[in-house]
Amino acid sequence: MDHDSILKINDLKTYFKIDDQKVVKAVDGVSFEVPKGKTLGIVGESGSGKSITALSILQLLDEPGEIVGGEILFNGDNLIEKSIPEMRKIRGNQISMIFQEPMTSLNPVHTIGNQISETIDIHQKLSRTESKKKTIELLELVGIPSPEKRIKQYPFELSGGMRQRVMIAIALASNPELLIADEPTTALDVTIQAQILELIKDLQDQLGMSVMLITHDLGVVAETCDYVAVMYAGKVVEYSDVETLFEDPKHPYTVGLLNSLPRHDIKQEELTPIDGMVPSPFEMPVGCRFAPRCPHATDLCREKLPSLWELNKDQEVRCWIYTEEWDGDQEVKVSDSLNLA
Amino acid sequence: MTHSTLLKVSGLKQYFPIKGGFFGGKVNDVKAVDDISFEVNEGETVSIVGESGCGKSTTGRSILRFETPTAGEVIFDGTNLTTVSKKELKQLRSELQIIFQDPYASLNPRQTVRQILYEAIDIQKVVPKGEREDYLFELLELVGIQPSQADRFPHEFSGGQRQRIGIARALSVKPKLIICDEAVSALDVSIQAQVLNLLKKLQREMGLTYLFIAHDLGVVRHISDKIIVMYLGKIVEMGDSEEIFENPQHPYTKALLSAIPVPNPKKKSQRILLKGDVPSPMNVPSGCRFHTRCPFATEYCAKKVPELRTPNDQETVNHVAACHYMEEIDFSSLEYSKNV
Amino acid sequence: MMLKFIVRRLLQLVPVLIGVTFLVFIMLHITPGDPAEVLAGEGATVETIENINERLGLNEPLHQQYLSFLSNAVQFDFGTSWRTGREVSSEIAPRFFVTLELAIYSTILSVFLGVIAGVISAVRRYSLTDVTIMLVALFGLSMPNFWLGLMLMQWFAVKLDWLPATGWGSGSQVILPVIALGTAGAAIIARMTRSSMLEIISQDYIRTARAKGVTEKVVIYRHALRNAMIPVVTVVGLQFGYLLGGAVLTETVFAINGLGRLVVDRIASRDFPVIQASILVIASLFVFVNVLVDISYRILNKRIDLD
Repeated sequence: MDHDSILKINDLKTYFKIDDQKVVKAVDGVSFEVPKGKTLGIVGESGSGKSITALSILQLLDEPGEIVGGEILFNGDNLIEKSIPEMRKIRGNQISMIFQEPMTSLNPVHTIGNQISETIDIHQKLSRTESKKKTIELLELVGIPSPEKRIKQYPFELSGGMRQRVMIAIALASNPELLIADEPTTALDVTIQAQILELIKDLQDQLGMSVMLITHDLGVVAETCDYVAVMYAGKVVEYSDVETLFEDPKHPYTVGLLNSLPRHDIKQEELTPIDGMVPSPFEMPVGCRFAPRCPHATDLCREKLPSLWELNKDQEVRCWIYTEEWDGDQEVKVSDSLNLA
Repeated sequence: MTHSTLLKVSGLKQYFPIKGGFFGGKVNDVKAVDDISFEVNEGETVSIVGESGCGKSTTGRSILRFETPTAGEVIFDGTNLTTVSKKELKQLRSELQIIFQDPYASLNPRQTVRQILYEAIDIQKVVPKGEREDYLFELLELVGIQPSQADRFPHEFSGGQRQRIGIARALSVKPKLIICDEAVSALDVSIQAQVLNLLKKLQREMGLTYLFIAHDLGVVRHISDKIIVMYLGKIVEMGDSEEIFENPQHPYTKALLSAIPVPNPKKKSQRILLKGDVPSPMNVPSGCRFHTRCPFATEYCAKKVPELRTPNDQETVNHVAACHYMEEIDFSSLEYSKNV
Repeated sequence: MMLKFIVRRLLQLVPVLIGVTFLVFIMLHITPGDPAEVLAGEGATVETIENINERLGLNEPLHQQYLSFLSNAVQFDFGTSWRTGREVSSEIAPRFFVTLELAIYSTILSVFLGVIAGVISAVRRYSLTDVTIMLVALFGLSMPNFWLGLMLMQWFAVKLDWLPATGWGSGSQVILPVIALGTAGAAIIARMTRSSMLEIISQDYIRTARAKGVTEKVVIYRHALRNAMIPVVTVVGLQFGYLLGGAVLTETVFAINGLGRLVVDRIASRDFPVIQASILVIASLFVFVNVLVDISYRILNKRIDLD
């Protein structure tokens, strides 16, 4: 795919070495791009490696996680080759990140104001009063009422939604080019989620930043993303623009996800779940990682790992069905009830 | 399908005192559940939905008398659970089970699946000892666990399988009613669908009744016959599932439904963005509790508590809501969020 | 809010202190050995002993004795020593300040060493430095303070003759006893700081701090340490209380005239007024320090609810 991309990840591998025998290949050859000014959604279930991918970008991995291969090109620069001090200049400055748990992501012993101005002070040369002014502006920007009062408050005095707004304010302190949001609304109630997603969209329009949104919620993806990468067991299985993904999903896993999702907006008789469960990280299948759960799988799938093929300029899929080698059935379809919607 | 009433909750109140002041006396109450009434018929699934702090989980706990209700009655199969002795209550537990969100926390890590299930079976003396194993295998098969896995420990199973074990334990005592408190919330979508289908299958085969407590409205729509929407300790709307989803009357229900992202990029929902957060249950707003966030609220809403009533001209349907203005509200007049 | 909290906590101390005095009173009176006999000395006549009993009020019913002690104590009147005849307060005061000084210096030493060692250990987890520090800490913890005192004295006073072996007052006299008494505390605090830091370092807000681009130093000192200090403060408070009462061995080894030695001496001679007053003073200080701990919690973490 040829986009003007802010971030381009090629064959990223992040492994966790548990001991000499055991290695968890949490991210195992992931490639995708975040087009400039757009929102890329990374969607997947637990254990898919989506959060580890995000943490790898800023090199915020916990031990024993380690990037063992691949490239992370940010504006053409490979971040993997950067030194720690160089990475620090990028973190919170050109690339910011917000996390899933607003309740625990802010330091309980520092005021809201100090936690925001800290980021400003690291990356910008501002006087104390300018920094305070900017802090108040940021709180206003993220829609926190009476910011002059809030800067003196501590995180426990704020609700979850307000704390996530503060996290966003911290992330925006230096006008980042890329915002990585790791399940930013998962811990929030749905009416508050709506507010936060709206806020991220608004800010993106205002500031022109690119967003990488990690989520397990297909609804959130449909409403906020321009492009989507679907991850399964450490690999991207499908990458496309959001409309194509929902209209014409290609990978049996994507289809399975859509079929098993209970919907509030339409009436469904029966859900079609995906059989079985995610493979253990210690016993990854040799062939396609989804093969053990895939209703279409053949011996080819079980023996050989497919690569991520480019189907057309907007869609890539990691599945044998779309290759010339394929001789099984080709019907990969979402349930009829979803087509009516 | 008309069934007899299995559970009847009337005027249930659950207050928690807030201690404070110089001598640590009671200064206020958290009105977690404040005067709610509803019925659950045999063989039905009734869901209680709402956001955190609305009192849905507390309702479940009060019904089971994990907390002693401040006021009200809970009649289960003809017995008033709020007044029975602890001993009687213990006996009734076999008919009234609960499944929690985190199956791992509710399974003893030192017991195998067999031990966990035998314990439940023995306490309630469901089957004679000689038939225990057959019954155990039957249960495991029912919930989709291989009988060969009976001697494994909970940590050897995945989240979805553990929830199946939790369901098997609840089923083992042959209950009439199962309260599912966010029972599928922690599961991944593909696994969640498996468990939801299992719950539906069991209901069909065994005639179970579910009281489903959940925040995910997709799940709720899929499984429920009736729905109760709660906000800050009160029921704001209640009725047949399809009625609630297709014809919501209360502005809160409407906003809640509109806030859920739809997994269809072409059908972006018209979203009513609610301002601010849910007020603290320690200090509930006067009148209609939703008036502080309601885009249609008037001064009258702040003064008068709305009662649950059937909307005018809709007497035939099973549907009530608590809003003074539900007939007059024109939702299309709202300014929807601009990004959708 | 804060003031109200402090006043309330101080008021809550009253029943605690009454309880302490009651227990001490009972224990003293049920221990075998009649104080009058001890005071009268060997071979005293029954009459002499009876006279002493009469004079000291020991013939009165127990509850009356206790009540009169209590009512006097409330007015800070602890009576006179049965052995020396001096005012109890003037007997205790100089000794008390010596012990207090010893405890404060030792606590400062333990906090200083313990926190630094604990932080270094946590930051370099599983490294050689960490292992060494934790081994030294284990050693420090398992060494009885009187033995450490003797060893220190042996080396630095006797063999090297760098520091005086005994006494209290001058700067050089302070060093050895403070090390002897503070080492165990330093070890406990180091271990506590290490485990607390390790827990804090894995918190979400530490990741947030790193994602902002702050240096590791800032992550450790500004973001982690203050949170990690919350459990450590409890230990410091308890440690300080322990030092007040438990310094007696160190005081004995270094021949320091502290409160601990006074109490031990007077237990032997059944000098009830001095014992009771000393223990009351130690207990008061102990509970007072605990109130200080609670207050510092509040300063460290605004979230802790004072109610």
